[in-house]
Amino acid sequence: MGNSGNAPEQLSYFSSEQHRLRMAVREVIKKEVLPHIEGWEEAGGFPRETYDLFGDLGFLGIGFPEDVGGSGGDIFDLIAVSEEIMRSGSNGFAAGIGSLNIALPPIARHGTPEQIERFVRPVLQGKRIAALGITEPGGGSDVANIQTTAVRDGEGYRVNGSKTFITSGARADQLTCAVRTGESGAHGISFLVIEKETPGYTVGSVLKKMGWWASDTAEIFLDDCRVPVANLIGKENEGFYTIMENFQAERLQLSVMANMTSQMALEEALAYTKEREAFGRPLKGFQVIRHKLVDMATLVEISREFTYRVAAKINAGIDQVKEISMAKNFACSVSDRVTHEAVQLFGGYGYMRGYLVERLYRDNRILSIGGGTTEIMKEIISKLI
Amino acid sequence: MSKHLYFTKEHDQVRKAIRDFVNQRITPFVDEWEENGTAPLHELFKEMGTLGFLGIRYDPKYGGEGLDYWYETIMLEECAHIPCGGIPMAIAVQTNMATPAIAEFGSEYLKETYLKGAIKGDMVGAIAVTEPDAGSDVAALKTYARRDGDDYLLNGSKTYITNGTQADFLTLLARTSYDSGYHAFSLFVVPTDLPGFQVSRKLDKLGMRSSDTAELYFDNLRLPKENLIGAEGEGFIYQMKQFQHERFSALPMCYIGAEDIIRETVDYLRGRIVFGKPLIKKQVLRHRLVDWLSENEGLRQLTYHIVRMKMAGQDATREISMGKLIGGSLLNRVADGCLQMHGGMGFMNEMRISRAFRDARLISIGGGASEVMSDIIAKLEGF
Repeated sequence: MGNSGNAPEQLSYFSSEQHRLRMAVREVIKKEVLPHIEGWEEAGGFPRETYDLFGDLGFLGIGFPEDVGGSGGDIFDLIAVSEEIMRSGSNGFAAGIGSLNIALPPIARHGTPEQIERFVRPVLQGKRIAALGITEPGGGSDVANIQTTAVRDGEGYRVNGSKTFITSGARADQLTCAVRTGESGAHGISFLVIEKETPGYTVGSVLKKMGWWASDTAEIFLDDCRVPVANLIGKENEGFYTIMENFQAERLQLSVMANMTSQMALEEALAYTKEREAFGRPLKGFQVIRHKLVDMATLVEISREFTYRVAAKINAGIDQVKEISMAKNFACSVSDRVTHEAVQLFGGYGYMRGYLVERLYRDNRILSIGGGTTEIMKEIISKLI
Repeated sequence: MSKHLYFTKEHDQVRKAIRDFVNQRITPFVDEWEENGTAPLHELFKEMGTLGFLGIRYDPKYGGEGLDYWYETIMLEECAHIPCGGIPMAIAVQTNMATPAIAEFGSEYLKETYLKGAIKGDMVGAIAVTEPDAGSDVAALKTYARRDGDDYLLNGSKTYITNGTQADFLTLLARTSYDSGYHAFSLFVVPTDLPGFQVSRKLDKLGMRSSDTAELYFDNLRLPKENLIGAEGEGFIYQMKQFQHERFSALPMCYIGAEDIIRETVDYLRGRIVFGKPLIKKQVLRHRLVDWLSENEGLRQLTYHIVRMKMAGQDATREISMGKLIGGSLLNRVADGCLQMHGGMGFMNEMRISRAFRDARLISIGGGASEVMSDIIAKLEGF
């Protein structure tokens, strides 16, 4: 957990209610997830019932207002839940169970009451699985260049194109999909919710990845899909702004994931270097090792505090586009370094599957790519400084 | 490229022969072997042995080619072009890790039986030093070979043994005394068909997937005394020398591996259009690539310098340790950075860069971790 949980309440970012929520999620992860996580990682997915369970407990609705079927709570409720879900030790599980956190906000925020009934409530209850579809085979970071087209045709759109690297993509019931409805560039993009049953919607093979095994990642092909106008989210051609808004939340999530990845790698390294002996003393008895651990711990501390600070400002409604981009880059560079060093400290064991640091190392690698690469973050920051 | 300063036409012919073999008989099968978590080393080594690739610098008396360290370097460079780390490593175990001590210190019997067998490709070798509780700290080894009449009785276990599930013999370091100090160890050749030998389990790894790695167990294995390499109590010294051949073999893997993935990444960046232009037009990316190539050239030239030192009969422990230290760090950074340049595709198993990233991680751990290299260098520097 974030160490700030130990801080005096007036200094902590988390209220005592949020702390209780954290403890509740921690218990569920311990009882319902940790005993199975190795198997889910091997199998490349977790049971669908897990969504039901998390929905019933109200965990899926955290951060969404009650009038859309959510459990309420602010950004720190969501962070507390995310941090504890990360305690599963599997970024893949966290990303899979949490894909609604990137797929639903555009609908919850801009959707009609009918859209909220159809596409938000059932997902927050764990009855339907939602995925976000932005990235395409030909363009990842270059969002304004989306090629998937939606052409108006009577009461609906005809959608053609494909989306890739879609988290929860293999079994999602609905895709919050960015499409081109207008001119080229940023001002011709809209969001449609496309349901899995739509004729022409096909899921490619599940992509085999370096890490995030417990989450299904797939390519989705849209071949002349007829999507009713009723599935348009917000106004036509104003989707780009929604994407950008959504990215802020996703980048905060990824920062939290990176920080927790670092935190767990650090804890593993601290425990291991205490017990493992070489040359007649515990590894921690070596100054170089001790100092390395100190550097790791210092970076983890700074990164977590920075992320919390940015989250608090977002919570207060202050624009944090620059800061969240910085926080993501910083958190990912810290988790790159800390997971690398943790494997090093474990020596040969760190290279073996079955050790948490091995999985953290693999899982970590996508964090500085997904949700906007480090390079894209720098482009954004450079415009704002 | 300064290749022509060191390499003649004769070198180029050998290089081409190895390259053709790699392109035809290894590279096309790498995906399958990676997927299987093992490679058919007996078949592969037999083919390579027949062509003379496994005994490049060994005495023709035992089937070797009797060539020098430059030819060995060519062999290592060409194997490093194989698009994975597992197979080059499996081959280097045979040529640079499990056999150098037999060739240098072994009896006529050991050379006739095991060195010859390894050179011809009739036998697969492995090197067995690391134990569950003793990696870099060799003095903590527990596996014990107790003298018993004309034999030794071997008890203990070894782990992270490359080629371990397929090996016909192990070059194994064991304790022959409980005294402290470096003379408590001896080096043996242990045939794996003797009673008491057991593969406890095959290990599942982050990378190097095409190479099999095992944990081995010895239960009262009765080993004839003829299988002792050199003199009893000298094993640690022999192994430290053998380590130099092992560590040297990591250097070409680093600079060839790094260069190959850089070239591949450049091709990708040329074809990838983002914001209306190929990514290679981004100055930041070009400069990053150039930084790596510059460091890589330094590593290559250090390697050639080491070859010259070895040719002149000099001890290159310091330089080899430095090379491995730099190489491990460089290959990891290059693999990480090139993966980044591939974006989301880089995280997908089907991409070579994804494999390279996972494979690279071992270089700064296996064969003596970076920390051990630093300790060695510090000692040699006198501080």
